[in-house]
Amino acid sequence: MVDVQAILDGQRLALSRLLSAIENQTPEGQQALADLFPHTGRAHLIGVTGAPGTGKSSLVNQLALHYRKATDPKKVAVVAVDPSSPFTGGAVLGDRIRMTALSGDAGVFIRSMATRGSLGGLGRATAGMVQAFDAAGFEIILIETVGAGQSEVDIARLAHTTLVVEAPGLGDEIQAIKAGILEIADILVVNKSDRPGVESTERALRNMLQLAHPVARVFQHHGEPMAVAAPAQTEETALWIPPIQRTVAADGQGVPELLEHIAAHRAHLEATGELAQRERARLAAELDARLHEALLQRWQTGQQADAYEKTLDQVLARALSPQDAVRQLVNGKKG
Amino acid sequence: MAEEKIRVIVAKPGLDGHDRGAKVVARALRDAGMEVIYTGLRQTPEMIAEAALQEDAHVVGLSILSGAHMALVPRILELLKANGQENVRVFIGGIVPDEDVPRLKELGVTGVYGPGAPTDQIIRDIRAAVSGKAG
Repeated sequence: MVDVQAILDGQRLALSRLLSAIENQTPEGQQALADLFPHTGRAHLIGVTGAPGTGKSSLVNQLALHYRKATDPKKVAVVAVDPSSPFTGGAVLGDRIRMTALSGDAGVFIRSMATRGSLGGLGRATAGMVQAFDAAGFEIILIETVGAGQSEVDIARLAHTTLVVEAPGLGDEIQAIKAGILEIADILVVNKSDRPGVESTERALRNMLQLAHPVARVFQHHGEPMAVAAPAQTEETALWIPPIQRTVAADGQGVPELLEHIAAHRAHLEATGELAQRERARLAAELDARLHEALLQRWQTGQQADAYEKTLDQVLARALSPQDAVRQLVNGKKG
Repeated sequence: MAEEKIRVIVAKPGLDGHDRGAKVVARALRDAGMEVIYTGLRQTPEMIAEAALQEDAHVVGLSILSGAHMALVPRILELLKANGQENVRVFIGGIVPDEDVPRLKELGVTGVYGPGAPTDQIIRDIRAAVSGKAG
């Protein structure tokens, strides 16, 4: 049994055990999440993603340090995700190595998690763990994804503000163009900006941004270039153009400015009503997933144990199409 | 319900900077299907206990080559207990004189391994100590 009151009271061991229960998808963990749900929805969820070697963990460390030393210090939780081995299911989770400066601060809680076979840069239970931190009163939740580089778009669905971290010298001039990951960025960070090549990395990002967010479109009209101004922006329709911020996570350069961009993005989300929209979309996705699971379970309980396998055999033998098979399984009769 | 994984903190307390052994063990435990939280060099007992608490670890593995085990280990055990984690199993690898081993076990250490100890043995002992968990 999970002691929900202990979580709300800020007891760290109780929280840590709840996080395990959520990660292991136990019925107790699910019940606790349901009980805690009214206490969620207050935290600002910040995703940090980017290719391996760009310094995500060090940047998360600096962000947390700066939120802690602000004049109005925030309670900070970190969820750091690393990949599980597809062969053994084991994992080495090494993000804490870069976060030792946060040790000894009761206002910080760092939790490492393995993907356990989930794709998309997060674990299956990441969203649930974030909800637990939210209910426990953490105001800033930093979610560091796996450093796969191009496919971890799940984070944009979970986080309110997504930082995409790049670094000079990783061959990213081409990556910037082909990687769809940049389209999920609310803020672009060029970390390790004390290294050579920072200008070209930043230029590549800026060019890419101009393709995605043109201020004025230029058309060829009877062979003559004709500029068409972008639509006028009111507060409700204002587009957020991702800013590019240089940082050096090793010593904290550029991090105060990054915090300002994050705050500005939050203000933008609130002013335009996008925060409510994103929240609605996120909860709809969660409802869909749970509904899917519940309906599947209900369907399975009404089935003979071998009906599925028998139908699958027929499909395998090309005697039945997958479409007809589903019709048959759901309606309980042929065709 | 998803299976539960054995979660192991691998830490190097104290001031010696040699982490090769710790990394070999971390990798072996991963290959045995465990989730290893690697915390790096020069960890204080407080940092190690805090990591064990936040990560809800089943096992803490300490690599100590500096000879300071009789100072560091009791402190770590004390902190784990103070946090309500007296069930966490503590293993030590590194250079520990034979005569210190009984004393460490008396304090609550589950296993002590010297250089060249087979990782298979460590894995078996961890599994036995936290039996009932997957991994």
